[in-house]
Formats: sequence, structure tokens, C-alpha cells
Amino acid sequence: MDHPPVAKLAKTPTGIEGFDEVTGGGLPTGRPSLVCGGAGCGKTLFAISFLVHGATRFDEPGVFMSFEESSDELAQNVASLGFDLPALVQQKKIALDYVRIDRSEIEETGDYDLEGLFIRLGYAIDSIGARRVVLDTIESLFAGLANQSILRAELRRLFRWLKDKGVTAVITGERGEGTLTRQGLEEYVSDAVILLDHRVNDEISTRRLRIVKYRGSSHGTNEYPFLIDEDGIAVLPVTSLGLEHAASTECISTGVPRLDTMLNGKGFYRGTTVLVSGTAGSGKSSIAAHFVDATCRRGERAQMYLFEESPAQVMRNMKSIGIDLQPWADRGLLEFQASRPSAHGLEMHLSRMRRAIERFRPSVVVLDPISSLLSVATNADVHGTLTRLVDYLKGAGITAFLTSLSHGKTEQERTDTAISSIVDTWLLLVTLESSGERNRGLYVLKARGMSHSNQIREFLLTDHGVELTDVYAGAAGVLTGSARLTQEAEERARAVAEEQELERRQRALTRLKAAFDAELASLQAKFETEQADLASGIAQHQARAARLKEDKNAMARSRRADTGNGGDRPTRKDDARAKER
Amino acid sequence: MEVTEQRPSSSPAPGEHDGERQILRLYIAGQTPRSIAAFANLKRICDEHLAGRYRIEVIDLVQNPQLAAGDQILAVPTLVRRLPEPVRKIIGDLSNAERVLVGLDVRPAR
Repeated sequence: MDHPPVAKLAKTPTGIEGFDEVTGGGLPTGRPSLVCGGAGCGKTLFAISFLVHGATRFDEPGVFMSFEESSDELAQNVASLGFDLPALVQQKKIALDYVRIDRSEIEETGDYDLEGLFIRLGYAIDSIGARRVVLDTIESLFAGLANQSILRAELRRLFRWLKDKGVTAVITGERGEGTLTRQGLEEYVSDAVILLDHRVNDEISTRRLRIVKYRGSSHGTNEYPFLIDEDGIAVLPVTSLGLEHAASTECISTGVPRLDTMLNGKGFYRGTTVLVSGTAGSGKSSIAAHFVDATCRRGERAQMYLFEESPAQVMRNMKSIGIDLQPWADRGLLEFQASRPSAHGLEMHLSRMRRAIERFRPSVVVLDPISSLLSVATNADVHGTLTRLVDYLKGAGITAFLTSLSHGKTEQERTDTAISSIVDTWLLLVTLESSGERNRGLYVLKARGMSHSNQIREFLLTDHGVELTDVYAGAAGVLTGSARLTQEAEERARAVAEEQELERRQRALTRLKAAFDAELASLQAKFETEQADLASGIAQHQARAARLKEDKNAMARSRRADTGNGGDRPTRKDDARAKER
Repeated sequence: MEVTEQRPSSSPAPGEHDGERQILRLYIAGQTPRSIAAFANLKRICDEHLAGRYRIEVIDLVQNPQLAAGDQILAVPTLVRRLPEPVRKIIGDLSNAERVLVGLDVRPAR
């Protein structure tokens, strides 16, 4: 290639959250862009945000030429967003010019042009060295001036002139029937056209933004929800952040030791998404409270989004099972965000969450319960919203804990499968009904990346929190509650009986042993007696034999008989030697 | 255009009703043919119908751009009747004398 590379289209950031990402940098620099939409869709707000952010954050002064609101009205209207227009005007960062046209006091005769407008605008631009210009809403001119052909020619000239001036301009236009703007302004402003929309479905309004056209730049073509609240305007890309989030191997405790054991001994992976679903009163919020408690105990921040209960109600209820959340709230580790699902549209909920999360920077976010969001939107919408939320939280490394209320068996499947694919860990709380009782059980339905327990645990709410116990799983099936207790008692009784039987046999054996020992002893005694008898018999016999021999010898001596064996006769000396030995 | 302020003539022209003094401002943007035509037309109409009861100030916005906002000037030329109240504006080159007179309330609209 011989020719130099073509410079990429320069873009001017609007400073509007999300919009600059969607457009890859903002509005085309030095060109006019059209922002159109129906009444009350936020055109003026978009424009003023563009201007104020330019003046305060990007060091680009701007001119706001208003055709609808006076400078005072405008300043008042945007003061609620924290924009201090009079101060910015004072600092020469923003110039306001209110163009008022009153048809009733204007007579037209002969040829004219709008050079006066050009001069005013040019004067305002030059007076503060403006780089940005807003014309809001220039279509009002059509109502004020009769000669449309002059007006159209002059508008064409105006946009040309703005380009020559090199200012980045936002021109707002009212949406017309079947056209983007009532007066067809899109014909003149051909570089970028942004459409704002404000829709009400089922009494809940959603604002959406679409980039209809962006010449020379790739852009997202989706409708992006946006919101206007006390922090201004923010656009939320529908497309999620993708699947590029890092996977942490760090585990954080669930706050219920037995549940940690059921997972992998340590708890949930950090930054994953946990879903706890169950029927009403199955203890979802209690598990959530445990998790929050454990999080705050580690000194990390947790944020709870409540859609059904007020913070005070949650605190009281959790205190009754021995979890005191108040200290965490007092220490600023726990924040509640309570709002009725129907208070805002789904997008608004999501956006508010994002804002709150970005401000509070929690490590754990609890949504209790997400199923109530279904009351304000369709399944598909909720799924889309939650997917984005989950992706956002994963991207930020925040562990999400969602609870979901399931109504019945079939309903449960339907509700939960809608989001099950996006969660990493799914705990299912079931109520087991038998023998006139409802008891709670807990399964780990899935836990990605963990060899989790496949066992059902009985789930008890005690005054010191949630406890998990083994259910009775035996020949009689899975038993919980008093059935489990009965069964366990029976088993215990059986065990005791067995133990007693063993003891009895042990004792019998002991007795037998004793008898055996006694017998043995008596035999021994008998033996010993016999032995002793024998020994004494032998001794007596020998003594007798010896005495007999002695007597014989004595008799022989007395008879002086020659025995022939006189050598054998012991001498007295020999006797004495034997005694010494 | 050498005239920036037109002094009132000595006596009112006969035939017209005796109104209050008209204070007129003509806003122009540079010495364009249209500006010159507008001034000439205005001068002629005033002399014919408001002799002695008018004053014309010509304001060139190219030289004094800051003055455009005060009278809410968009189009040029614009003739603004400051007095008597209410304020009236006539835009264009004032080529149609009839409409100018109606605009200035000198002659009731037919």
C-alpha cells in the first residue's frame, strides 16, 4: 500500500456511563449528531450530560442553545442530577443561550436568513472557546418561522457551519410519525443518529437507546436499556461482558459448617453464582443470612437486595434464629437495598444494582428473591437481565447469592431451569411431607468444579441458626422430622436391647469362667494334696526303710554279726559332715 | 451604510393617526444587499407613514454579536419595535410595506 493509513474517526467521549463503550469512544468529533426520541425520553438530559461532562471531565467547554427551556428552567431541571450550571457558566465552561421564538409577535415580510442565529452561536462558542455544542430542540424553529424553504436551507447551512467550526454537536429532535424526527432532521445530520425510546409495558417503563446510524464507525445495533436517576443517565449494554472472567480457586464459607462439608469442605468458590431455590418458608433467606454473616465476619462487604422484605424485617427475622446482622450494618459492612420489584422496570433494577455495587464494592451480593422479578417481566427478560447481572458480577469477582421461590413441583422446574444454566452452585431446599409434618431438606443439586455430596440433609432452623443433620435413610426410606426421630428412637432401642443381650452373655461367660476357675482351683488343690500325700508317703517310706536298716544294723551290732558290708556303715564323722551340708 | 441612527423628522405626516413615537431597531448582519434593501425600505415606509414620530437604530450584529440575544434575534434582517409596547418583530427585507405597517400596528390587519 502506497498511501498513508487513513486516520480513524476521532471520537469525543460523552462521559455518559455505558454509551462511550457502546459507541467505541463516544460521538464523532467535530461533527453534529442527532439525538431523537419522543417527549420525555431524555433527549435534553442526554445533551446536557454530554456538555457538562465535557466541561468538567474532558476540559471541553460547551454551548447549550436551548429553544425550549429558559436558562433558569434548565439549570433547575438539571440541578437534581448534581449539575451546577450557574457555576459552570460563571467559570466560563458552559455558555447558555435561550432562543425564544414567539410566532405571535413575528411578522415575516420578504427575504431573510438566520444569520442572527449563526452570530449568536458563533459568539457563544468564541466567548468560551467551546468544543461542544448542543441545540435543543432546533425543530422549535419550524413552529416559529413560516418560511419552511428558508428554514431548511438555513439548517443545512448551520450543520455545515458547525462542521467547519470543528465543534462536536448534539442536535435533539422530536420523534415524528414514522420518521425519526418530525421535520426530517436526519436528512441534514448524517453522521450519527441516536434514538431514545421510552416504553411502557405492563405499567412499567423502560428506557432504551439505539444507535440508528454511525457513519464511519462500527457500533452496537442492539437496543440498549438506559436509565435516568439521581446520578444522571447511564446506558447498559445488553450484550454481556462475555465469558472471560477469571476463575478463582479460593473458597468462601457458606456460614453453615455442615453445608461447607457438603460442598467440598470449604464452601463456595469466590466469584461464582449460587442459587438457592425452594418453596415458601423453606429457609432460603436464612441460608442467605448465614452467608452474609460469614462474609461480614471475614471483614468483607456484603450487599443484600431485598424485593419482598424491608431491612428491618430481615434483621428481626434473622435475629430470631440467632443471626444478628445489625452490627455488620452499623459497621458499614452490610448494606441493604430494598425495593419492590414493581417499583422499577427490570432494566432499572439492574442499573441501580450496578450503580450501587460500583459504589459499595461488596464481595458478596445477595438477591432475595429473584423470582419476584418475574412479576414485572417475562421469563426471557428476567433470564437476559440475570445473565447480564451474573456476568457483570463474575467479571467483578463478586460472589452472587440468588434465592428463588418455587411454587410447586412443575412451577419449580420452569422457574428454575430458566436460570439454572447461569448458576454455578444450586442448592435446592425441599419440604418433605410425611406423617402430618413438613420438614425441610437440602440437596446440593449442582456445584460446578466440586465433588459435592449427593446426600439430602435435614435442615433445621434453630435459635442459633441453620443446622444440617443427616436424614434417616434406611430400609424404611428417607425419614425426617419426628418420623426420623421415631425411627432413630426405635433404632436406638434396638441397639440398646442388643447391647443388653451382649452384656448378659458377657456376664454368663464371666460366670462360667468363674466356675471354671473354681473347678480348676479345687482340682489343683486336690492334685496338690495328692502330691503332698504322695511326697510324705515316699518320705515316710524312706524314713521307715532307713530306720529299718538302722534297726537291722543295730541288731547285728548287738549280735556282733558280720554283715559283710561293714564298709557301708556310716561313721559318726560322716553324719556330722552331712549335717553341715 | 453610513446611517446608524435616524433622527426623527420635524413634523408628523398627515393622513396617519397620531400614535406614540415609534422606537425601531433594525438588526442586520453586515452590509449585505439584503441589509441595505431592508434599511432603504424601512426608511421609505417610515418617512411616508410615521414622519417625525419614529427613531431607527441600526445594529450590525457582525460588529456587536452580543446584542443578538437581548432581542431574541435569529433571522436577519429583523426590525424590532421596542416602543410602544408590545414588542413587535418583523423579519425579512421589509419589501412588503403593507405587512410592515400591519406589523407595526400602524395599520390594522385587514
